[in-house]
Amino acid sequence: MTQPKREADLHKPDARPITPKVHRHTPSGIEVPTVVTADMAPDRSGEKPGAYPFRRGVFETGYTGRLWTIRQYSGFGTSEETNKRYRFLLDSGQTGLSVALDLPTQCGYDPIHPMARAEVGKVGVSLSNLAEFEVLFDGIDLSAISTSFTINGTAAIIYAMYLALADKHGVPREKLTGTIQNDILKEYVARGTWIFPVKPSMRLIADSIVYSVEQTPRFNPISIAGAHVRDAGVTAVEEIAFTLANGLAYVDELHRRGSDVASFAQRLSFFFYVHMDLFEEVCKFRAARSLWAKLLRERYGVEDESALRFRFGVVCGGSSLTAGQPYNNIVRVGIENLAAALGGAQSIFTCAYDEAFQIPTEFSAEIALRTQQIVAYESGVARTVDPLGGSYYVEWLTDKMEKEILAVMGEIDDYGGVVKTIEDGYLQARVAERARERKQAKDDQESVIVGENFFTRENQQPDYGEVFKLNPKAAESIIEKYEKLLERRNARDVEKSLQRLQQAAAKDGTNAMPYLIDCCHAYATVGEMVETLKKEWGEFQEPLRL
Amino acid sequence: MMLKGKPIMSLKGKRILIAKPGLDGHDVGAKIIALALRDAGADVIYTGLRKSPDYIARVAVEEDVHCVGLSILSGSHKELLKQTMQELKKADAMDMKVFVGGTIPPDDRDDLVQAGACAVFTADMKIEDVIKTIAENLEGQS
Repeated sequence: MTQPKREADLHKPDARPITPKVHRHTPSGIEVPTVVTADMAPDRSGEKPGAYPFRRGVFETGYTGRLWTIRQYSGFGTSEETNKRYRFLLDSGQTGLSVALDLPTQCGYDPIHPMARAEVGKVGVSLSNLAEFEVLFDGIDLSAISTSFTINGTAAIIYAMYLALADKHGVPREKLTGTIQNDILKEYVARGTWIFPVKPSMRLIADSIVYSVEQTPRFNPISIAGAHVRDAGVTAVEEIAFTLANGLAYVDELHRRGSDVASFAQRLSFFFYVHMDLFEEVCKFRAARSLWAKLLRERYGVEDESALRFRFGVVCGGSSLTAGQPYNNIVRVGIENLAAALGGAQSIFTCAYDEAFQIPTEFSAEIALRTQQIVAYESGVARTVDPLGGSYYVEWLTDKMEKEILAVMGEIDDYGGVVKTIEDGYLQARVAERARERKQAKDDQESVIVGENFFTRENQQPDYGEVFKLNPKAAESIIEKYEKLLERRNARDVEKSLQRLQQAAAKDGTNAMPYLIDCCHAYATVGEMVETLKKEWGEFQEPLRL
Repeated sequence: MMLKGKPIMSLKGKRILIAKPGLDGHDVGAKIIALALRDAGADVIYTGLRKSPDYIARVAVEEDVHCVGLSILSGSHKELLKQTMQELKKADAMDMKVFVGGTIPPDDRDDLVQAGACAVFTADMKIEDVIKTIAENLEGQS
């Protein structure tokens, strides 16, 4: 591992640096007074962490009971290479795995599909069948490690693969811990790995949640994510509002199917971005916790406090990182990591400084991991729960954000609900509009990005530091393995399992999960299962509204 | 159109296709540029996500556009540009200007230009400069 060379090419600063002004408002547009005094802040002196409405945290003991899970998103190329990176991360003190999958696996295409060929193994690991799972988790004890999959369109299938693998390893299902993202609504709005139309997608999600509550009680079958809309362009207020609205849409779907809200609500988890405005980020988490608990109690009469706990993971970095002067990103991620800890996140992923533009190198991945260990063990931030609670400013801003979040949720309700805003393309257009505003503000120096629109060097060019090189043979080797699998497996078993899956998909009210697991055991591929389901359900038609 | 008092070349009468080839779902970059081009007077057609190079070339010809902008953030820009250029050639539409935007490592830029891209755009560039470059490339085309 070589340290990138720096001394030789120190650049000249811009001749006339311009000093940015300090804004009076947060990035969400909330005007902040110079001083917040006791009479301006709501009195929260009676509130305790671990008790309704959980504004101060979902657990009484905070991080003294259990530190957040250090979970770096990782995966590229072949299952063999990714397995090697996982062992490196686990040996370096990481406490949970987070699987990045390639786009063909995420969109439901096998590696040989014409749409897949250019993308095999690029942004994540290719996992088209159970044999690849066997390699990926080789030497890793599924009962001892929690694994998170950023997977949505094919989430139920990947979950089925994980269960099939646990069966093969002889690990009891009730011991499995981890998360599948499984949040299709935001895929339609920002991330784009949708496959089926909204209605059957919602059914598949409900199927997997119901199945998980019964079979894998320690597993999170969904992670309702605001992260991607946020990174695409919306504000922190909108991020929480859209996410809570999506969360309620899933609760409604399960409620409609006759599930008891209290029984599954404790398995719902959430996922957000942390960007650079420290206090707004901390307050957004405090606001989200209390709003979710109140909404579940008010709308569904949930009394059981364990079902009202809003647990969430975060990612620090993303579009707040820059390609110019990329080592500045290490500082950014450190501040964002601090915000996540002060906000009480259950799991944290810190982006490597080069992650906004390439797969991290082992060098940059190690710094990202060490950043978390520094915040966790050196800064003292984990010593007491909600250390900012009771600050006049923090309580004032939390309260302000709660009101603004409810106002945005009201707009979505007025429009006709989340599903309608998505099918009409209203939310997608709103995200694009915000993205443009954010970009224009950067171009016009209305917002400050150090080293990018302020304090740059003369003739500054993007600088990637050490460049990560994907194994150029990865795709070839993945396709070879795939073709061998097709020869090796029992074609009749595959066909039968797929037929039964199609019959199950045709019947509303049949849970598709056991049929998917059977397909996985028979070594049916992700692409085959998706094609089978498409026969019954069709595909989502993207509304093209600019 | 005026931005901060600086006049931008008008794209009135220009037809532009903004396309998302491959499986990449990041579409705000494509949409930001589409909106800015529209504000500069161009007729903009946006393909939506997950389109094959073959489909993109077909739409480009059917819609008789002056240029095609490809947005790719998944690292597959070299393959997808090459395939799109081949499809345009097959459709006898090599006069169409092609631009590429996305997460493009500096080392790959020259390769893309050699493969036929008129210009390569990344997130650190100003919208205004992107639009200006496109306008300059389309100048004189009818």
